[in-house]
Amino acid sequence: MGLPETKQSETEARVNALTMPGGAAWAVEARNEALARVQAKGMPARRDEYWKFTKPTRFVSVEPTPAALFDAQEEPMFDGIERLKVVFVDGVFDADASDDLAAENLEIGRLADATQADIHWVKDLYGMLETRGQDPVDRPLAALNTAFATDGVVLRATGPVARPVSIEYLHASESSDAILHHVIRVEEGASLTVLETGPAAARFNKCMEVDVADGAAFHHIRMQGRDHERQAVTHSFGRLGRESVYKSFTLTVNGVLTRNEHVLELLGDDAVAHIAGACAGDGDFHHDDTVFITHDAVNCESRQVFKKVLRNGAVGVFQGKILVKEGAQKTDGYQISQSLLLDDDSQFLAKPELEIYADDVACSHGSTTGAIDETALFYLQSRGVPKSIATDLLVLSFMAEAIDEIEDERLRDDIQARLEGWLARRRS
Amino acid sequence: MLDIKNLHVKLEEEDKVILKGVNLSIGSGEVHAIMGPNGSGKSTLSYVLSGKDGYEVTDGEAALEGADLLDMEPEERAAAGLFLAFQYPVEIPGVGNMTFLRTAVNAQRKARGEDELSAGEFLKVVRERAKTLKIDADMLKRPVNVGFSGGEKKRNEILQMAMLEPKMCVLDETDSGLDVDAMKLVSEGVNALRSEGRSFLVITHYQRLLDHIKPDVVHIMADGRIIKTGGPELALEVENNGYADILAEMA
Repeated sequence: MGLPETKQSETEARVNALTMPGGAAWAVEARNEALARVQAKGMPARRDEYWKFTKPTRFVSVEPTPAALFDAQEEPMFDGIERLKVVFVDGVFDADASDDLAAENLEIGRLADATQADIHWVKDLYGMLETRGQDPVDRPLAALNTAFATDGVVLRATGPVARPVSIEYLHASESSDAILHHVIRVEEGASLTVLETGPAAARFNKCMEVDVADGAAFHHIRMQGRDHERQAVTHSFGRLGRESVYKSFTLTVNGVLTRNEHVLELLGDDAVAHIAGACAGDGDFHHDDTVFITHDAVNCESRQVFKKVLRNGAVGVFQGKILVKEGAQKTDGYQISQSLLLDDDSQFLAKPELEIYADDVACSHGSTTGAIDETALFYLQSRGVPKSIATDLLVLSFMAEAIDEIEDERLRDDIQARLEGWLARRRS
Repeated sequence: MLDIKNLHVKLEEEDKVILKGVNLSIGSGEVHAIMGPNGSGKSTLSYVLSGKDGYEVTDGEAALEGADLLDMEPEERAAAGLFLAFQYPVEIPGVGNMTFLRTAVNAQRKARGEDELSAGEFLKVVRERAKTLKIDADMLKRPVNVGFSGGEKKRNEILQMAMLEPKMCVLDETDSGLDVDAMKLVSEGVNALRSEGRSFLVITHYQRLLDHIKPDVVHIMADGRIIKTGGPELALEVENNGYADILAEMA
């Protein structure tokens, strides 16, 4: 079955503009297979069901739309937290700014090196979870990433890793186009926290494959940079073993176009997956959270909590699906997506989905959109709190359910402070 | 302290007149009670004084120490010294009670040109005042009114009052939903705040709250007007005979 003509030509143009990095035979093979997936699926188009709410044009174009640099004038994120820094500037590894790539219970390296070598777990994983995530929904931008990623971080936790690994992305060129791919394996009983922060590039395509073994725990906290014009598409593919934990939280403020996809498979009994996101957009802002969670084991729990605060024409999108396969009994699935629209110009588009093939499960989903609660606003004002500050308190109140998903108190405080800062700067 | 003259109020969205010429003057340090049957306009009066949206003042005035209240935003009225204890305190998930209190206290201080309280100073005062209202550390930490019982919510209102130190306190059916012990506790909190420079307007259906918070003056409100004013004995009369006699007498 051939692709429609436009799709075909767009795909060819996109692929031809990129150079596939060389490497060990296995890596070249994995990349060529990924390229074949790209060519079979074609680049996403607005007519595709999965892209109904988000225009993929800027991700598909040969040249990225330039993005002006932005001086955030604030302390780097997570600065007060003991962490192992890995820094990329416009997608290029910065050895000077990074810490020594070494920590107890952790194998850590760069993808650019790992694809030249023969490291069994990188070899096994690279492109593997991405490929699994292509069924039943095509994710061609992730396949494109596997084919052409220039670098990334490879991590293997073999026990508890005390310091979080913080991947910090700086944006220094207005026309940069970065493709990074991280490969993460958390071995049985091990635990690892990965932090991500920064705008990365004018256009950023990031893919992360995370294999969480039996009894292992993976935590992911992300703050996407404040650059207004940056564009980002990210994919997180996770596979969860028995009694494992996968928890991810993302704060997004600003950004003309962001699409974050999470694709998780719960394959071992008693696994737990929590995905949360809080985003705040003002004006030219389009944020899309697309989540696909597959329950394929007994007694697993999944939670999706997404909150969006939108104003001045900002757009929020949520597409979230829970698929409970046959035999995945005692599944506990929860999904909530909510938006707070601060004016009439903003928009929230939500598509919650449940597909269940087991008869003994508890799954719930809810989606709401609303304005500031006038009664609560009056209550605060009647105590002397000016309207603008009262509104901010109610925004924080609205976001709390998502932010409370962050277990680590310091990380939670950091994220909360960022959100408060964003609100304070916009106070009327 | 509070002077209300010929206040006429209608609902903004519909042609329904609720207050039809209220006159009320409360002196400094006085406690006045307003009683009246359902729908007489008691709660509306409290909302109009504190600046809630949805009401239109068609005539009359209301002034706090000579300053025109009706012209101010709700937060300005609060900073000027007005406080409304809500009949139904609002739950605000995700905002800590302490954060809320400190934001409110400091916003008012700022509006009055005073220095903000430091976290340490604030904590000391709030702990001390919370203790007398039997509000524990956990209630201070929890989100505003979330999961609070009816009694806890009302105690929390009085704590806010104690922290904000208003000049004019309006209590809107503070006794509703309270058992006898809770009413006693809340009343003690209110009585502790009685002083020369602070006045109270207590809105209630029942005499029993007035056993604890003893008013100087009692007003009976019906159909948007104050129809009778007297001493504490007026509340007893209502308790014994209901409103029917008074209404008949005025008719």
